[in-house]
Amino acid sequence: MPEGILCNKIPCKTKEMLNALLSDKSGKQYYNEMNHLQINTEALAATIKKTLKSRMKTWLEICAHCGMCADSCFLYLANNKDPKQVPSYKIQSTLGEIVRRKGDVDNAFMQMCMDTAWSKCTCCNRCGSFCPFGIDMGVMFGYLRGLCFSQGFVPWELKIGSGMHRIFHAQMDVTTEDWVETCEWMAEEYEEDWPGLKIPVDVQNADIMYTVNAREPKHYPEDLAEAAILFHIAGENWTVPSEGWEETSLAMFAGDWEACKIQVNTVYDAMRRLKPKRMVVTECGHAYRATVIEGPYWAGLKDGKTPVPSFHYVEWVAEALRTGKLKIDPSKKIKEPVTYQDSCNYIRNAGLADCAREIMSYIAEDFREMTPCREHNFCCGGGGGFNGLGRYREQRNIGLKIKRDQILATEAKLVIAPCHNCWDAIRDLEEIFKVGIRWSFLKPLLLKMVVVPEHLKPPEE
Amino acid sequence: MYQFVTGPLAWVAFTVFFVGIIVRIVLYIRGLDWQLDRVAYRPHLKYGIKGALRSIFFWLVPFGTQSWRYYKGMTILVFVFHIGLIFTPIFLKGHNIILEERWGFSFPTISERTADLMTIAVIISGFILLLRRIAFPEVRILTTAYDVLIWAIAMAPFITGFVAYHQMGGNYQFWLILHILSGEIMLMAIPFTKLSHFILFFMSRMQLGMDFGIKRGGMKNKGFAW
Ligand code: SF4
Ligand code: SF4
Repeated sequence: MPEGILCNKIPCKTKEMLNALLSDKSGKQYYNEMNHLQINTEALAATIKKTLKSRMKTWLEICAHCGMCADSCFLYLANNKDPKQVPSYKIQSTLGEIVRRKGDVDNAFMQMCMDTAWSKCTCCNRCGSFCPFGIDMGVMFGYLRGLCFSQGFVPWELKIGSGMHRIFHAQMDVTTEDWVETCEWMAEEYEEDWPGLKIPVDVQNADIMYTVNAREPKHYPEDLAEAAILFHIAGENWTVPSEGWEETSLAMFAGDWEACKIQVNTVYDAMRRLKPKRMVVTECGHAYRATVIEGPYWAGLKDGKTPVPSFHYVEWVAEALRTGKLKIDPSKKIKEPVTYQDSCNYIRNAGLADCAREIMSYIAEDFREMTPCREHNFCCGGGGGFNGLGRYREQRNIGLKIKRDQILATEAKLVIAPCHNCWDAIRDLEEIFKVGIRWSFLKPLLLKMVVVPEHLKPPEE
Repeated sequence: MYQFVTGPLAWVAFTVFFVGIIVRIVLYIRGLDWQLDRVAYRPHLKYGIKGALRSIFFWLVPFGTQSWRYYKGMTILVFVFHIGLIFTPIFLKGHNIILEERWGFSFPTISERTADLMTIAVIISGFILLLRRIAFPEVRILTTAYDVLIWAIAMAPFITGFVAYHQMGGNYQFWLILHILSGEIMLMAIPFTKLSHFILFFMSRMQLGMDFGIKRGGMKNKGFAW
């Protein structure tokens, strides 16, 4: 049986297929079928020939095998410096081998590549900043994921995830109706406390088009309400699109480049349709990475820019605090020691470290940096899809040790993590290691300390 | 023999070396692909150049990057080894005398004593680098026979040169010719082997610098803190 019913080279494009995948509990049948999947070696060789250009070719060729990338990788450190976790080794023994063998590899080898690409690398790109040649294993693992995906070797959850993007244009089964209803519901729910609160849908020429992570409407609708309230207090002229509101990309984690393009184009279409001055995305790292940093390239936008200027939530918050649109009540600043989780996706890979510091200077009295921090921070331990893959749960949990120790060393009990993946990873590490920390997005914290202008307060009873 | 290795063969070696590295540069740049690399090189060239220069500069300075600062011992080894490897042959008196004789130009020179010390530094740091490959599990797992061959190609001109200069091996002429040959082998190996990092270091650093300078934050901040 070369191609399985669930595990095959065809991406999930229909609801029937999606339901079949979902009903295969924890991918049992899926992974069984994977054992029989055949490799299309010609296709693999052809893809490599077409897409492996001088940048990666050079990286693979000139790697001095010096080992200076070893300590940069949190997975190497967390696994007691297992030499098999050295970034260069991980990529040379997988992608490097595929290239050397010109795609002539077998099933067991591809499964090993899959396991390496998704359980030994979160594509945090930290190694790239440690290597004297600038060899970025994170970039190459992203590429390897694409090769694996094209041959059907992708973790079950991510086949589903990228299928969701293809079918629902969101990482979860949230339809346009669900989304718009959630917006209306949240506006109604909070209107009593916030007279005039609206979540304006599809308004043209707004100053800000706000976009989210599908988890918010699906599981944490209050997050959407909090965003609305903060925009309301700041007096922003904002809107959300009825379609193209989802910025995340499990397709990026899956290496499903076609789905990546489909997904970001929904957002870009919304930008073109609503013509906002700019776009702001919620507190999610990979959403920003996917839609703002990488997305324009998937979509073929030659200047590498989104159709309208795009900002991460921390950029908006920093600006709102700086310009006084949001004012913090000094007596309500965070007094206890607090630390900040620098997300790889918008800090190392998009350069927003200063925004985070600026925000902390307004809201915290005792801000403690982790070591290392900013561009050089370690991955939370759950990036690149790692959080959500049942097959690699154990490895993920081992990786969390590094973040745990970094946080403990700051002696802060509160961690601000304006990124869904980081937030989850830190929640899980508390659950596993019980170190007594709390974690939070920015929005709920800001709401507790922001000064509400008189005219926005509810009428006294 | 001496005439041959310092005459026609030297011509061949230098030609292969120079043409080779030019070809590597051209191939590298032609192989860049804005969409596959996901870097809009052309539209934001100014940011790209700034990023590229920063990325090269900080890595050329000892302890100039967090990685160099993190691996202090390795940094000293790498810089001592490479500075000696590149500058000793260029500024060596003996070499420049031949240059002047054959091709009618020469570079400023360093004293023989300095050159001798630099050679010793290259040899010692070279051996420590080799020992490191054996001693550390994280480097051992990466090391291949090819790495050792490359190491030998780079070390040979220094070892033979040292032996010849100090007349240690008995037959001066033999060691001298071996020295010249090994130097020419190294030159010719550069474009075809991993030694191409001689030039591809700059290309690769430039590319990643442009990546960070254009796409990954360089247009919104002061530049990546290498
Ligand atoms: S630091 Fe760079 S050159 Fe050295 S082993 Fe790692 S990837 Fe290769
Ligand atoms: S990208 Fe991050 S997780 Fe992957 S090998 Fe490099 S340092 Fe390790």
